[in-house]
Amino acid sequence: MYEIIEKKNLGEGMNVYKINVPDVAAKARPGQFVVLRVHEKGERIPITIAGNDEINGSITILVQTVGKTTHLLSELSAGNKLADVVGPLGIPSEIDNFGTVICMGGGFGIAALHPIAKALKEHGNHIISIIGARRKDLLLMESEMKEASSELLVATDDGSYGAKGFVTDVLKKLVVDNKRIINRVIAIGPVPMMKAVSDFTKSYNIKTIVSLNPIMIDGSGMCGACRVLVGGKTKFACVDGPDFDAHEVDFENLVNRQRFYKEEEKAAYECHMKQHHSNM
Amino acid sequence: MENINKNLQSDATVKEGKLSTKERLQIKRHEMPMQDPQERIKNFNEVPFGYSPEEAIEEAKRCIQCKSEVPECVKGCPVNIDILGFINLIEKGDFLAAAKKIKETNSLPAICGRVCPQEDQCEKLCVIGRRKDTPSVAIGNLERFVADYKAKYGNLHFEVNSFINPGKNKKVAIVGGGPAGLATAGDLRKMGYGVTIYEALHEIGGVLMYGIPEFRLPKDILLRELQILKDMGVEVITNAVVGKTVTVDELLNKKGYSAVFIGTGAGTPKFLNIPGEELNGVYSANEFLTRVNLMRAYNKNEYDTPIKSCGNTFVVFGAGNTAMDAVRTALRLGYHDARIFYRRSRKEMTARLEEIHHAEQEGVKFDFLVNPVRFIGDENQNVKQVECLKMELGEPDESGRRRPVPIKGSEFTTDIEGAVIAIGTNANPIVPQSTPGMELNKWGYIIANEETGKTTKKGVFAGGDIVTGAATVILAMGAGKKAAASIDEYLKIGIW
Ligand SMILES: Cc1cc2nc3c(=O)[nH]c(=O)nc-3n(C[C@H](O)[C@H](O)[C@H](O)COP(=O)(O)OP(=O)(O)OC[C@H]3O[C@@H](n4cnc5c(N)ncnc54)[C@H](O)[C@@H]3O)c2cc1C
Ligand SMILES: Cc1cc2nc3c(=O)[nH]c(=O)nc-3n(C[C@H](O)[C@H](O)[C@H](O)COP(=O)(O)OP(=O)(O)OC[C@H]3O[C@@H](n4cnc5c(N)ncnc54)[C@H](O)[C@@H]3O)c2cc1C
Ligand code: FES
Repeated sequence: MYEIIEKKNLGEGMNVYKINVPDVAAKARPGQFVVLRVHEKGERIPITIAGNDEINGSITILVQTVGKTTHLLSELSAGNKLADVVGPLGIPSEIDNFGTVICMGGGFGIAALHPIAKALKEHGNHIISIIGARRKDLLLMESEMKEASSELLVATDDGSYGAKGFVTDVLKKLVVDNKRIINRVIAIGPVPMMKAVSDFTKSYNIKTIVSLNPIMIDGSGMCGACRVLVGGKTKFACVDGPDFDAHEVDFENLVNRQRFYKEEEKAAYECHMKQHHSNM
Repeated sequence: MENINKNLQSDATVKEGKLSTKERLQIKRHEMPMQDPQERIKNFNEVPFGYSPEEAIEEAKRCIQCKSEVPECVKGCPVNIDILGFINLIEKGDFLAAAKKIKETNSLPAICGRVCPQEDQCEKLCVIGRRKDTPSVAIGNLERFVADYKAKYGNLHFEVNSFINPGKNKKVAIVGGGPAGLATAGDLRKMGYGVTIYEALHEIGGVLMYGIPEFRLPKDILLRELQILKDMGVEVITNAVVGKTVTVDELLNKKGYSAVFIGTGAGTPKFLNIPGEELNGVYSANEFLTRVNLMRAYNKNEYDTPIKSCGNTFVVFGAGNTAMDAVRTALRLGYHDARIFYRRSRKEMTARLEEIHHAEQEGVKFDFLVNPVRFIGDENQNVKQVECLKMELGEPDESGRRRPVPIKGSEFTTDIEGAVIAIGTNANPIVPQSTPGMELNKWGYIIANEETGKTTKKGVFAGGDIVTGAATVILAMGAGKKAAASIDEYLKIGIW
């Protein structure tokens, strides 16, 4: 159990893993996540399930190295085992026939978005996916997203591929210039991106769903670390979400809460990297 | 009173043991030696050291061995430990036999000796304690002593195996590895059933693991007790959130369990619902304690989970065991000024007396009749102040306690660096929502028969905090034991 059966480095600190965890693979639905620990003294971190293979009993996750725990994970390879994987957690994304749905992803959010886009397409929606990256070579999962969508649009910060600019620029163009009728937008990625999408769609009254990523511990409603403000009310992202109506979310609060342990995280990372290099 | 006098007179057999009742009453209660308060707030080690064998024997001599059919102290024990019997064995110096006697009815004595509210249970009814000048026998300390003695010198494994009845070809799933689930698992295993515990977290133990701190219940002791269960053949599956990873219906219909016991606790924290509660530095007690206990954040050289670990003022709202644990943890993390803010008065505090005493010795300040109205943050959204109202006691409420009412215009602010909200918990909805046919009460707790643990769903039993709301370790264990007996009956006769 919890064995890494495949690992692929996508560059720039991004890694895809296939992990053997049959119970989770059998149950996972789009939009759900796992909580994992890399080692016995490690932290519990939440990671979205990007895909599941019921027959082989494995799930796919895509992880960006941002600190100590994700770095420790990046050092593992196929054959290594994780200490713990628990899931599938959270409420699955709402999958129905909405009409035309825009699926927007940035960074590891694209991995989270992929199963949702796929399921929505299977439910007869017209899927327009907009994915972005800083440069062409950093774009994630382009072919997979193409398959899961009716139309795929790409934006790169430097214009090396697709439109130049942010995914929100592409969205604005679709809605404002092309006057496309959009029934729903799903946005998963860094908080500033989700907020920008939300601010825009609010003014056009387009229902928008975001997947929130506050700091979590148990992931099952026990600790309240993951609380977010939605419509002025306290919600637990792990059991009430992680998907929420974007127009109700207090993004500023989310960003602040994500930052709470910055100093401790930085110290832990630096200390870890120092040891890491002296061991090499 | 009548009972007391009768017991004090009937000391015939006590005389055989050489000491007269009068002599026994003259022995002073032995308090356990403990770490100095100024030292212990710098570490997470257990506060009391426990009795030496000599101290235990001396304390045991204080028991006058009441002659009533059911001694008063036993009436106060939710699991009816033969208190008289085990204390008598301690007096004789046969500590291992005393340990065995307790184990007949209580599978976790090292834990109960440490965390039970004895002053509300056995020690409350203790006949000599009800006299004016003699404190009760220190039953909890003695229970703890024999359990620790046994762990040190006894042969745990021999007994483990001699307990277990021949195998039965039916198995039972236990949902949740807290005291309720552990007690059910232990008893069913002894009866010979196959038992599997499904636990959401990466370690079993429930509140004993994630809530109660090391300085009150060392993890080594808990792990030792958990290991005994595993050695008895109880299977443990961690990282299994029932309702998500597997459902109750699947356990019954697909995984081959003949019955399911639900002991998931009341583990969802309540908040105050006041402005500023979302600020950084305002924690639920569960988050704060889980970081420190389950994730061992206090040991930051070895463990990865972060916690803020210094500052000046740290305030905890509440006055139960959880609040005491949180405030004493804050002191140990390095906050200089750790305080309890409670909206009622001292009399209404629900924590164990010993915890309140220990907190006071350690320099925790108590502010009564104050209620928070909002938290105020700095430019980075970290909490920097709390505004409170002063309260006064009005008419009694439904709980019989005088209701605190705000005093108009009495607002005041306190500068703080951290706050914990320890005002109780709600039922966690994951299992109920995923278990059709199992009825809940209006607060979301599972409806179960008090005597049998039977829920409204066939084959499903429940007990502990998920049925009663937040209560105690021993009540959860008691519910587990009753459920185990009724599961046995159900599996034998097959009729619901
Ligand atoms: C529901 C959910 C799904 C997620 N899915 C993915 C995913 O598919 N791929 C991916 O790469 N990342 C995902 N994340 C983010 C991931 O959990 C964090 O990047 C990771 O915890 C960072 O840990 P670290 O020790 O490497 O970094 P640290 O240096 O500890 O922290 C870096 C930043 O990560 C965040 N973080 C730290 N600890 C936690 C924690 N326990 N829980 C949540 N966030 C934390 C904080 O905002 C912090 O500032 C998800 C988060 C959530 C809540
Ligand atoms: C900080 C604190 C201090 C306390 N101090 C004392 C004290 O000194 N004395 C005393 O007598 N009582 C004390 N109590 C109360 C006591 O701990 C509880 O009453 C008791 O633990 C309840 O036992 P339980 O088995 O019902 O639930 P819990 O101990 O809550 O255990 C429930 C278990 O079920 C697991 N679980 C939950 N949901 C699921 C799911 N869906 N699937 C699988 N597993 C699940 C949880 O992770 C947990 O391990 C304290 C409580 C707290 C919080
Ligand atoms: S992560 Fe603990 S309640 Fe959500």
